[in-house]
Amino acid sequence: MSQNLQKLKYDVVIVGAGGAGLRAAVEAREAGLRVAIICKSLFGKAHTVMAEGGAAASMGNANSNDNWMVHFRDTMRGGKFLNHYRMAELHAKESPDRIWELEMWGALFDRTKEGKISQRNFGGHEYPRLAHVGDRTGLELIRTMQQKIVALQQQDGRDHGDMEANLKVYAEFTVTDILKENGKVAGVYGYWRENGDEILFEAPAVVIATGGVGKAFKITSNSWEGTGDGHALALKAGANLKDMEFLQFHPTGMVWPPSVRGILVTESVRGEGGVLTNNKGERFMFNYIPDVFKDKYATTEEEADRWYTDQDNNRRPPELLPRDEVARAINSEVKAGRGTEHGGVFLDVSKRLSAEVIKKRLPSMWHQFYELAGVDITKEPMEVGPTCHYVMGGVDVEPDTAAAIGVPGLFAAGEVAGGMHGSNRLGGNSLSDLLVFGRRAGAAAADYAKANGANPVSDATVTQAAQRIQAPFENAGGENAYSLHAELQEVTHNLVGIIRTGAEIKEAIAKIADIRARSKNVSVAGDRKFNPGFHLAFDLDNMLLVAESTAKSADLREESRGGHTRDDFPGMSSTWRQVNHISSFDGTKVTVTARPLPPMPKELFDLFDVHELEKYMTPEEIAKGGSN
Amino acid sequence: MTRKLNLRIWRGDSTDGGLKDVVVDVNEGEVVLDVIHRVQATQMGDLAVRWNCKAGKCGSCSMEINGKPRLACMTQVASFDEGETITVTPLRAFPIIKDLVTDVSFNYKKAMEVPAYSHPAELGPGEARMEQVDVERSQEFRKCIECFLCQNTCHVIRDHEENKKSFAGPRFFIRIAELDMHPLDRIKNRKRTAQEEHGLGMCNITKCCTEVCPEHIKITDNAIIPMKERVVDIKYDPARMFSGQLRREKRD
Repeated sequence: MSQNLQKLKYDVVIVGAGGAGLRAAVEAREAGLRVAIICKSLFGKAHTVMAEGGAAASMGNANSNDNWMVHFRDTMRGGKFLNHYRMAELHAKESPDRIWELEMWGALFDRTKEGKISQRNFGGHEYPRLAHVGDRTGLELIRTMQQKIVALQQQDGRDHGDMEANLKVYAEFTVTDILKENGKVAGVYGYWRENGDEILFEAPAVVIATGGVGKAFKITSNSWEGTGDGHALALKAGANLKDMEFLQFHPTGMVWPPSVRGILVTESVRGEGGVLTNNKGERFMFNYIPDVFKDKYATTEEEADRWYTDQDNNRRPPELLPRDEVARAINSEVKAGRGTEHGGVFLDVSKRLSAEVIKKRLPSMWHQFYELAGVDITKEPMEVGPTCHYVMGGVDVEPDTAAAIGVPGLFAAGEVAGGMHGSNRLGGNSLSDLLVFGRRAGAAAADYAKANGANPVSDATVTQAAQRIQAPFENAGGENAYSLHAELQEVTHNLVGIIRTGAEIKEAIAKIADIRARSKNVSVAGDRKFNPGFHLAFDLDNMLLVAESTAKSADLREESRGGHTRDDFPGMSSTWRQVNHISSFDGTKVTVTARPLPPMPKELFDLFDVHELEKYMTPEEIAKGGSN
Repeated sequence: MTRKLNLRIWRGDSTDGGLKDVVVDVNEGEVVLDVIHRVQATQMGDLAVRWNCKAGKCGSCSMEINGKPRLACMTQVASFDEGETITVTPLRAFPIIKDLVTDVSFNYKKAMEVPAYSHPAELGPGEARMEQVDVERSQEFRKCIECFLCQNTCHVIRDHEENKKSFAGPRFFIRIAELDMHPLDRIKNRKRTAQEEHGLGMCNITKCCTEVCPEHIKITDNAIIPMKERVVDIKYDPARMFSGQLRREKRD
């Protein structure tokens, strides 16, 4: 145990300061509790800042036909009906309130002519639905909630003379363990990145809001923080992960130059009229409209073009299909030799919008391509290709409370939670997801803390947690964490990437196990003071656990659906739709089992045309017509 | 196409440190952060550097590159002459933690001193109506990614530690301006407090902050100068002075 061990007591500890974590913190503090927010980076740098397009909410400002039922249907379709219906329902119903609430905290969204919050088109959404601020919506969300946290702190300063009395941010802090006593959450343990000093946070309720896993893959839009920390922490604490085979490869990441490969090109480029073409100049997306979407998308360029000005009488351009469809289409074009020089396809917005409008609506895209690739997107096309963007899988939670099933006192919200998006997330549903379920997690964690009170951490538990932190320094001459990380990224990219086969997945499982065995022997140069090599040792452990869970889940699922495409099982199967994959961890290895998906209740079932449901469900399910 | 780059990196902590020379591979299209990462992975495993998004959106990798405050992720190696040594040093206005990482907590303290947005009580959820043209003024300032390059370069505090207590810095002048220009904010004395509590008067508009802003926010022209002009109007308005209303200033 570190000699400098500091012990702190809180009611609720939030791990992660992205959108979900901050929204949870606001809710728990407003419930009257003492709350700590812990983040790996500086406050306000979370990956949420990179979200560009917007937050989906059926406010109906741009098209009054929109409502929660339309949004619910779109979300279920996008997820290929593998979503937990209750999460999709809560999300669709509560998103508008969460957006308006941000406005009451000072957010400044773009406006309609009537002065309401403007809403833009996005893939898979029937109506313009994304509240946005140019193409920096995520930054607006983070800044608004960061400033809301400050507002609450200022109130505490007036009431108690100490702004940080009841709500404090612990920035640049790594959590290495979720601690339990008597089968319930008791707190978290970790160290300051600045000096390696350890802290024990005692708290009966912990909310995990750590985001995604993209850094386990080679080409990703994720920042360094996306190392699956919360996924791994939850697994180790006895929670389960759900549907980890589903990874979203965003269709449009930058492909050139190599140093920027993977950086996101927002879907808004297509929402604003950008078209995808191959090296023959063909608008290839018309060739990739799947049967389940045939009646909702334009079949000619003329109709697609008309849709931008008349959405009531024309069908949507196929560039706006859900992300999984577009990513697979681009992948196929490149494989067939119709890609660009650097292995992507062209995305062009310059022919449809004026330079002035492009710079106004897509300012950070213009900036990003101009500064990093030397491309002026107002004059020339961008080169784009798929990039690992989002994990649909995550902690298995109760939909209403975001409580992690099986671990009393543990909650999870945002990307780290599973179920909401099924097999594929629609663009714009992530920012609204983290608001809706961040709030629910904060509220439920507060209720739980009030009902249960403190759960003191024993010395034995602390000693064990402290040993784990010291371990990498005691392996002289061991493996280099940077090299192992690069090896892992090659394996995931090549063998459990956008297109998978059974043989390759099995090879990946073996290779991941090998890297994991070697990672036990990682050694670290230097000391504890702001040492990235030391930090990576813990991140690596988390990524390996996530990769194992993903590969094993992918091995079992013998069909193609959303963010899981099997070359050896190309079709979507109604019987596989009835199954979630549940990963658990016994301390040595991840085991994946199948669990029946809860069926939709009749009132939600009846929101769909039965002929549409027939494309996804078995005849028995259709005959039953919902669960009640 | 790979070539060799001479990189000079400041290494050390608050007690001691100096420039270390390394030779590192650099590929076409790479930015300074890429080569720092390569040094970290192959030569100096414990080299401390902050970064997050590597796309100019989070403002973490602020440092001084050949003496200029820059984001390392947005600085192309190709923007320097081939054969030129690139020198990277930590931000000068903040205390060093280690290598390229500084203690920027000053900025978070100042953020807590700016009174928060206050929403009109009568406007419920979804009831706000604002014109696009009116929100755009504040939106310019809300583009800020908090890289703190403006704070670092501002000569009021860059070499004058003693001024930090009474000076919020350009980042927080645009925060105050943003709230002041917010169509709905209820707090009416923001310009006055900018002057009296946050040190607006110490700025002598040399525009160094605007020059280094990676988001190209016109900090001086659009935030600082308009606030200074209005402060002058309010403070030295003869009619107000005569009627003794100086202390009861209302919005504009």
